[in-house]
Amino acid sequence: MTNPFILATPAEEKEMLAACGAESIDQIFSDQIPAEYAWNKTFGLPPALSELEIQRELGALAATNRNSTDTVSFLGGGIYDHFCPAAVGAIANRSEFVTSYTPYQPEASQGTLQAFFEFQSLVTRLFATDVSNASLYDGATALGESLFMALGARPDRSTILVSETVHPDSRALAATYLKHFDVKLVTVPQSGGTTDLAQLKEAIGPDTAAVVLQHPNYFGCLEEAEEVAKLAHEAGALLISICDPISLGLLAPPGEYDADIAIAEGQCLGLREFGGGETLGLFTCKKEHVRRVPGRLVGIAKDKYDRQGFVLTLQTREQHIRRDKATSNICTNHAHNALRATIFLCLMGPQGMEHVARMSARNTARLRDAIVSKAPKAIAFEAPCFKEFVVRTKLPAIEVCRRALEKNFFAGVPLGHLGPGFENHLLVCATEKRTDAEIDQFSEVLAPCL
Amino acid sequence: MSQRIKIAQKDGKVSVEERTSAASIFERSVPGRTGFSLPAESADTAKKVDDAIPARFRRKSRAALPEVGELDVVRHFTHLSTRTLGVDTTFYPLGSCTMKYNPKINEDIAALPGNCHVHPHQPADTMQGLLKVYHDTAEILGKLTGLPGVSLQPAAGAHGEFTALLVMKAYFESRGEAHRNEVIIPDTAHGTNPASALRCGLEAVNIQSDSRGRVNIEELKSRLGPNTACMMITNPNTLGLFEDQIHEVAELIHAAGALIYLDGANFNAIVGRVRPADFGADMMHINVHKTFSIPHGGGGPGAGPICVRDFLAPFLPAPHIKFDGTSYSFDHNCPQSIGKVRSYFGNVNNVMRTYVYLRQLGEEGVRQIASYAVLNANYLLSLLAGAYDVPFGRRCMHEFVINATRQKNQGARAMDIAKKILDYGFHPPTTYFPLIVPEALMIEPTETESKETLELFAAAMLEIARLSAEDSSQVTAAPQSTPVTRMDELAAARQPVLSWPDSK
Repeated sequence: MTNPFILATPAEEKEMLAACGAESIDQIFSDQIPAEYAWNKTFGLPPALSELEIQRELGALAATNRNSTDTVSFLGGGIYDHFCPAAVGAIANRSEFVTSYTPYQPEASQGTLQAFFEFQSLVTRLFATDVSNASLYDGATALGESLFMALGARPDRSTILVSETVHPDSRALAATYLKHFDVKLVTVPQSGGTTDLAQLKEAIGPDTAAVVLQHPNYFGCLEEAEEVAKLAHEAGALLISICDPISLGLLAPPGEYDADIAIAEGQCLGLREFGGGETLGLFTCKKEHVRRVPGRLVGIAKDKYDRQGFVLTLQTREQHIRRDKATSNICTNHAHNALRATIFLCLMGPQGMEHVARMSARNTARLRDAIVSKAPKAIAFEAPCFKEFVVRTKLPAIEVCRRALEKNFFAGVPLGHLGPGFENHLLVCATEKRTDAEIDQFSEVLAPCL
Repeated sequence: MSQRIKIAQKDGKVSVEERTSAASIFERSVPGRTGFSLPAESADTAKKVDDAIPARFRRKSRAALPEVGELDVVRHFTHLSTRTLGVDTTFYPLGSCTMKYNPKINEDIAALPGNCHVHPHQPADTMQGLLKVYHDTAEILGKLTGLPGVSLQPAAGAHGEFTALLVMKAYFESRGEAHRNEVIIPDTAHGTNPASALRCGLEAVNIQSDSRGRVNIEELKSRLGPNTACMMITNPNTLGLFEDQIHEVAELIHAAGALIYLDGANFNAIVGRVRPADFGADMMHINVHKTFSIPHGGGGPGAGPICVRDFLAPFLPAPHIKFDGTSYSFDHNCPQSIGKVRSYFGNVNNVMRTYVYLRQLGEEGVRQIASYAVLNANYLLSLLAGAYDVPFGRRCMHEFVINATRQKNQGARAMDIAKKILDYGFHPPTTYFPLIVPEALMIEPTETESKETLELFAAAMLEIARLSAEDSSQVTAAPQSTPVTRMDELAAARQPVLSWPDSK
């Protein structure tokens, strides 16, 4: 079969080999690689497909996956089915953006540099924080990076307090990231769906480097972030706040309650669910920590004609300069996902962000009210919530999801993965995309299971 | 570059001037303008929101985002795209970065709703297609590397390094060898290697290369000890040279009870022709955004799957993927696993693109990747070798390094040459890396470029060499065709401005 990605014709290949003084491509390899390593057997890979066959076969394979365009989704738990304007994909998919490299050569990269600078600007304004980097992989790794920043900023302290209401993947990642350091990672229990403040007061102390709070938390509940910030600061610790960027159209941003480091999963900002793969780590902090920031930063610069432009800056923090003294090992980030978020935030503007946040809160309240009217005791936690909440189910939540699927609903996230006692808990989410009819029908489907 | 002309209206007069900087999206903001279209708020919204969310949790004022229309946004970002070079714009011989062509079919398949709108918490039986892609991609990568334990969870190359080092630590701990905390790293290594080691609580032990640009065996011997955990090696290395003593290196490392970590950044040079396991690699990452054609997207996302030997597989991140002969599922019961290094399962979007590429190429196509990457690099080397000094001979793998000291002595440094290349319409090579070659220009053409593109680039390079010899000021003044010329990066770092100033 033809290979459209190799352009040399047999005649050209011959000329090129002659210029190289080689008989064959094999010879160029055998000149350099000991013969014992040459692989001349079969790997047993699947046979090559033409582009037409790819369209046919992989198109059919994709069609076997149910998804939020054919099934009404009440799934959340970190990855959401929010509205995305058509212009986001249309512009982000400009192939100059898609096929460019990291902007190490600023003269050839003013477009991406400016876009990432605007990304940083939009995120700091949404979060009301001083500094944003140009993206990390996802919300969970953003937490990992923020822990190293906090430990660096409080070098004489070695305890990190993490609320039990933080996303379980993020908590698991924190444990993985800190395992080989002399750091105590302490979980502060929840009570009634929010961080138990009495227990937090008990746990916090002179060795606490940082307190990690998610608000709204994994259960959808609102946390007393301002009070937690005060507790952390009184003890000389940092507050690391994990927020939902969509919620910031309505809720107080981390800067308003004085978070020192504010991070988030940015998938909700114009990215697709993609099996949880199209993620965006948002990372912001107070300016006093700017030289500990992980990853790339874009800043304003001028050329010799005094023309304004943009460059990667403060690079002495980074691995390609500092090697084993870098603030992080990150190199490749999630730039293109950040570009999508940038375009999304520009299109939505202050009004659009507020609208989406209010309609998500409103739809969630409608769903909650509908459930309360049918099964008053099914709401697991009474605390105020933003766009998702937990319901108690009579059957295992996994079974509830199975039944709802028969009626064409993704019912939500079964919380059994949180451990014993959570098997009959279901996390449901209603974004601005859900209609009243969908919400009402879904509550009817859920009712017999509650 | 478009939109170089700015038409301004002031005091009733129209003026035309050259505009070299693009306006900020914040400068385009007009109070009250909107760029979104959603159904109006339901009548009960105010009441429901007020009841649900107590006032103390509310934002005091709206975020100061720009207020712009859809066309404003579309024009703004379209204009920015024209101020960016991509592989689709021009030849991009950025050494170590493998800027090959990114097939469009990958994007089409990734964008199918059955792929891009799947939620990670859907029941597994509703996403069997996606799980099959996960399972089969892992299997193919295991075959190509000879390292059958595969995790697709790491989000990038550096993340893969970090993850594999954690896997290694868990393995040593399980054997009662937790004291092994030293990682040997050659001076040609990418900066991520020592940075990843640090992130795992390991210590980097640097060793120098020999005069042939390979691992210095004597120095390696002197640094090996009971605390050696592994050696991180790039093969072919960042000079574009195959470590031809790799057999001896691997024997020394393994005899010391340590492991070989292969930095897979240069896998493009050998994929389909050499299995890393055969030359001693115990674990490696693959930058799928290099070898397997995932577009770089202005710096990411990529993906950094890791492949390891059987005895390391139990320690891979959780969950593991399982196939019981009829259906696919994630197995969360992995008692020896290091845990999670990322939320959910990995960069599924780029695993999908990898799978499409591998399925289109098949076995022979994959072998052609390395074959033609190496042919193209050697051909380009043959065209440049007279005008430029190439310190390690006339054979290379997929990339080679020029030492531009001769041109520097004439007045044009490697950076000047790189900037002049921009004026000929090409993206420059990587500069000043690897660190051991002075005035380094590192050139990687990839397999997807045509003979005539290589020749055009060589013609530009030869012209620059001529200019350098005759009048280097013509090189040092570059670039002149770009929207801005060289930026004052020192001033930018002294007083960093990292966001658009708030007008309030």
